[in-house]
Amino acid sequence: MERATLLGRLAQPARLDWRAARVVAARQETPRVRTLVLEVPDWPGHSAGQHLDLRLTAEDGYQAQRSFSIASAPGEPHIEVTVERLSDGEVSPYLTDVIEEGDLLDVRGPIGGYFVWNPQPSRPLALIGGGCGIAPLMCMLRHRASVAADAPSAVPPARLLYSARSADERIYRAELDGLAESDKDLRINYTFTRSPPVGWSGYRRRLDREMLEEVFWPTAAEPIFYVCGPTLMVETGATLLAELGYPPTDILTERFGPTGESGP
Amino acid sequence: MRRAEELVLDGNALAGALSQIFVSDVTTARVTCAACADIGSLGAARLYRAAGEVLRCSRCNAVLLRLTTAPDRIYLELTGMRCVELVRPQTSVVE
Repeated sequence: MERATLLGRLAQPARLDWRAARVVAARQETPRVRTLVLEVPDWPGHSAGQHLDLRLTAEDGYQAQRSFSIASAPGEPHIEVTVERLSDGEVSPYLTDVIEEGDLLDVRGPIGGYFVWNPQPSRPLALIGGGCGIAPLMCMLRHRASVAADAPSAVPPARLLYSARSADERIYRAELDGLAESDKDLRINYTFTRSPPVGWSGYRRRLDREMLEEVFWPTAAEPIFYVCGPTLMVETGATLLAELGYPPTDILTERFGPTGESGP
Repeated sequence: MRRAEELVLDGNALAGALSQIFVSDVTTARVTCAACADIGSLGAARLYRAAGEVLRCSRCNAVLLRLTTAPDRIYLELTGMRCVELVRPQTSVVE
């Protein structure tokens, strides 16, 4: 066989290239948070928990790029990213306030194999999210619901602990309520760290050991934890879980710095 | 102003930039810190971002990696890692 032919027949691992994506819809989630629905030609598919890079190019050629978790479930026709506006951000205000349906931007992905969930029925899914860090966890819950619709026994039970400053700052609120109502194996707990609603009887404080013990399973149940949110929350959560005796390899973390401005 | 600690990201955010250099996914790479010999996933190490990217050991905070991207080239310094263990990409002969 000729050398060129042989080389051609060796499947090359796909390099990640930038693709032109189109915004096909945008949803306001909270006053500061917006979800962009993207049509990405030839999207190779993603796993729950992966992210992508978005790149914007100004008229003068200046480019800025950031990483965003993918919020839509694998297999959905469009890709969704959820962006929080940072007042001093360079990219996020454009994505939350300016970009609209029909606009184009560059996408590179999917990226990352570390913070990824593949359903294992025997390993309960334990999710801890803070603020916009809920996005990759939402992808996992959507993926779990979609797999369970065809094969209920293929997914483990799931619990989500969602920390938000106030009830109004909960992202995906209606969808999360709907998922929890229709699925007895999914339990969602909220903690409101700044202004809990009047009459709220649930958690109203930052993560602590007692909260984690109350919300999640004992170590013998062998849950896998995915912790995503602001750095301090993630480090507190991961440290407390390790102290509670969960194996460090079962505690996966993703720090969201100031949300939306993460990534190179 | 935000406190510096709030600006810390992690190695997951480096994956896109490093995919220009490495064929394998780097977030699952197991790296050994040259300073404290701790072994961990690159995705879990702390990332500090300024003019360039600085990845630090989540145990001892020593520098593992520095990455600077200029318009026409990339500078990558890896002296802080004693060993990098990457999963080989799937290179199979297509019949």
